[in-house]
Amino acid sequence: MLNYIWSAIVVASIICSVVCGNTQELSTAVIDSGAAAIELLITMAGVMCLWSGIMKIAEKSGFTALIAKVFLPLLRLLFPNLDPQGETFGSITMNISANLLGLGNTATPFGLKAMQGLNKLNGGSKTASDEMVIFVVMNTASLQLLPTMLGTLRQSYGSKAPFEIMTCVWISSACALAVALTLAIGLNKFKVGRK
Amino acid sequence: MPLFAAAIVCFGLIKRVPVFDCFIQGAREGAGVLFQIAPTIIGLVFAVSLLRSSGAVVAICKFVQPAADFLGFPKEVVPMAMLRPVSGSGSSALLISVYEQCGPDSFAGRVASVIAGSSETTFYAVAMYYGSIGIRNVRHTLVAAIAADLTAFAVSVIVVKSFL
Repeated sequence: MLNYIWSAIVVASIICSVVCGNTQELSTAVIDSGAAAIELLITMAGVMCLWSGIMKIAEKSGFTALIAKVFLPLLRLLFPNLDPQGETFGSITMNISANLLGLGNTATPFGLKAMQGLNKLNGGSKTASDEMVIFVVMNTASLQLLPTMLGTLRQSYGSKAPFEIMTCVWISSACALAVALTLAIGLNKFKVGRK
Repeated sequence: MPLFAAAIVCFGLIKRVPVFDCFIQGAREGAGVLFQIAPTIIGLVFAVSLLRSSGAVVAICKFVQPAADFLGFPKEVVPMAMLRPVSGSGSSALLISVYEQCGPDSFAGRVASVIAGSSETTFYAVAMYYGSIGIRNVRHTLVAAIAADLTAFAVSVIVVKSFL
């Protein structure tokens, strides 16, 4: 699936650049994208190592288990096959907590760790498990309680009430999350894409 | 967030965990994960920068415009909404241009803000998470995720119209 989407983007872009006469920009972008990717990775590297380290402390000291208790009832519903005491469950919990606080960059390392745990459970298969679908979908429709970045951005562009959009953001993302989970769980039930 | 980190370190100290050793161990794991996802990220950044520079986004926007007008979707926000699923930094740049053009407290500015707050860089997240563990068949993940984004776009316009 991703193979097709990725190639479609690349091929469509190149065709489009010829049609629109943007070939010059495209060639520049090809060269720049490598550098941009490495730049992104270096930025991520710091955050990633730092938070993985901090979270190891949280895990060893039992802090993660404590927070996981709060989300336990909800997450148990979504991931009935996971051990609530396990490391994967902890990573999922922390990923969701970080997302709720609007800390996308912090959430990613936990998410990647959770995926590795789910991969082990799935026996290293190349087909996504039901849990993976639910988890990734939850991440793409991430519910934010405090859109801090957004508020800061609005303020710096002269908004009179930078956080007035908050309720709207809640409603909108709650709707998106509801649609995402309904579809994910519903289609899981029908074993879509399972062989 | 720094407070959160401090709280965890203090909690670790109270529980008598070897705090710094744990940190090093975790950071090493983090570096390992990053190393694993590096090729995926490079591939994604490449595709997205091609998409942005080729003018494809502009072409798609023209195509979607009539539908957006019909739904009462402000036209300044269309490019941002189109780019949102693939590129976080790209759509942030467009969000800023909406603020500069119309102001953050205008209708378009508010809708753009709500969209930015309530949707994610779907394609990017899906590719990164699955790419990191070598999943080929993502099943219905994209269907559900894209449905969620479209819901967020539509609901954003409705809530901004009715609440603000």
